[in-house]
Amino acid sequence: MTNMETAEKEKTAEKQDSTQVSDWQPRIVAFLCNWCSYAGADLAGVSRIQYPTNVRVIRVPCSGRVNPLFILSALRQGVDGVLVSGCHPGDCHYISGNFVARRKFALLKNWLEYVGIEPERVQFSWVSAAEGGRFAQILQKVIEGVRRVGPIQKLNKLI
Amino acid sequence: MSANVRTSEELKSAARKLFEEGKIDLLIGYERGTLPLRTTPCFITSAEEVDRLVWDGFCSNNLAAYLPHLFSKEGKPKGWQPPKVAIVAKGCDGRSIIGLVKEKQAPRENVIILGVPCRGIVDLKKVLRALDHKEPVSGEAAEDASVIVRLDGGKEIRLGRDEVLFDSCKDCPHPEAPVCDLHVRPEIPEKKAERDFTDVADFEAKSPRERWDYFVREISKCIRCYACRQACPNCYCATCFAEQTQPKWIGVGTDLSEVMIYHLGRIFHQAGRCVDCGACVRACPMSIDLRVFTRKMVKDVKELFGYEAGISVEEPPPLCTFKTDDDQSFITEP
Repeated sequence: MTNMETAEKEKTAEKQDSTQVSDWQPRIVAFLCNWCSYAGADLAGVSRIQYPTNVRVIRVPCSGRVNPLFILSALRQGVDGVLVSGCHPGDCHYISGNFVARRKFALLKNWLEYVGIEPERVQFSWVSAAEGGRFAQILQKVIEGVRRVGPIQKLNKLI
Repeated sequence: MSANVRTSEELKSAARKLFEEGKIDLLIGYERGTLPLRTTPCFITSAEEVDRLVWDGFCSNNLAAYLPHLFSKEGKPKGWQPPKVAIVAKGCDGRSIIGLVKEKQAPRENVIILGVPCRGIVDLKKVLRALDHKEPVSGEAAEDASVIVRLDGGKEIRLGRDEVLFDSCKDCPHPEAPVCDLHVRPEIPEKKAERDFTDVADFEAKSPRERWDYFVREISKCIRCYACRQACPNCYCATCFAEQTQPKWIGVGTDLSEVMIYHLGRIFHQAGRCVDCGACVRACPMSIDLRVFTRKMVKDVKELFGYEAGISVEEPPPLCTFKTDDDQSFITEP
């Protein structure tokens, strides 16, 4: 192959890359608590409230169940953003699960920001079972944030 | 007689008394190392051996790291009774012991904490750097924690306290174990009122790019030897998440993403438990600047929850409790 051909090939590859970037859609993993946020997401669906399809929902018994390693693992495996959502403080099905989670998340959020990871990547929210609209709004906001910071380039394992 | 020698003598007589009264089966302390300027942890089981004990500015190991294994029931025969253990404790060791008692890794009634007054521990790497990496033939830590070393050929050099002290010792607010069964102290050492977190604040003030680049630069040195974990008294999990296979959080290689998750995870696990003793930093063969990261956790726990690890046995660990009005400014609102 001549140099010119190689250069040409690189150019087309580059073109493909750039189109891939513009087509890029963020992938979000949402850990939703079974009793509030999952039901909130369900309500959004039942009420036919539109929200972007970039989210993959993982149902957990309580926001307190979310191990920080879940979040780190998700990022390592190339997810662009993580949302953790639970019942409003005081409404936890297990009385205090989300209170304990809140302390853990406050530290984790600071910790990831401290090492230079964009704060938009990992977000936490409270959504009750009656807040379908609010769930859609929060998801919009999270996706917008992740879109702004682009595809994950830190922490993910390059294969 | 210098303060260190006096403390060593007091320590020996206290240890001898404990053995003679049959109060302990084992004493964990320090003895002279085989090289100058070094001590090594020692395990003493009878009154005849107590003369091996020493105390000076080179006693760097955090001895609390031995306790979880001593008291673990795993692999012990049926009917096994936990031993009675006395342990020589600097301020940071003492705080680690309290942490372990709280986490049920050591029964309080089986541990006798022998508090020694600590003036700060000498960083050998700093000494060797000051000597241009020439091994001294002998040396000692002086009264004021400065170091006197003698080189081959009889040349004597005195290194100042601030030159050779570990960074974690410079602003130590707890030179003595806060909870103590027996004080072995000819006098009370001076202490700083508060930890000085300006290094962490400075790091926070940098741009995200700079912070990330520094993190990558430091962590990419890591060879995954796990020395930081082994030296840490808080890292006693029977199976560390880094080696767990079900689920498999990370692989075993030195791929950057995996090394990062290991350190992010390990340091996060120290939240509310780290006493900033510097054992991980000392143990690191690659001289990774772990301290700027571990201290972030110490600072945040203090600022957010007003908690300091290892001060009292009664106070619940910060992540096992909550307040209804805890800060939640980080929560995403629509």
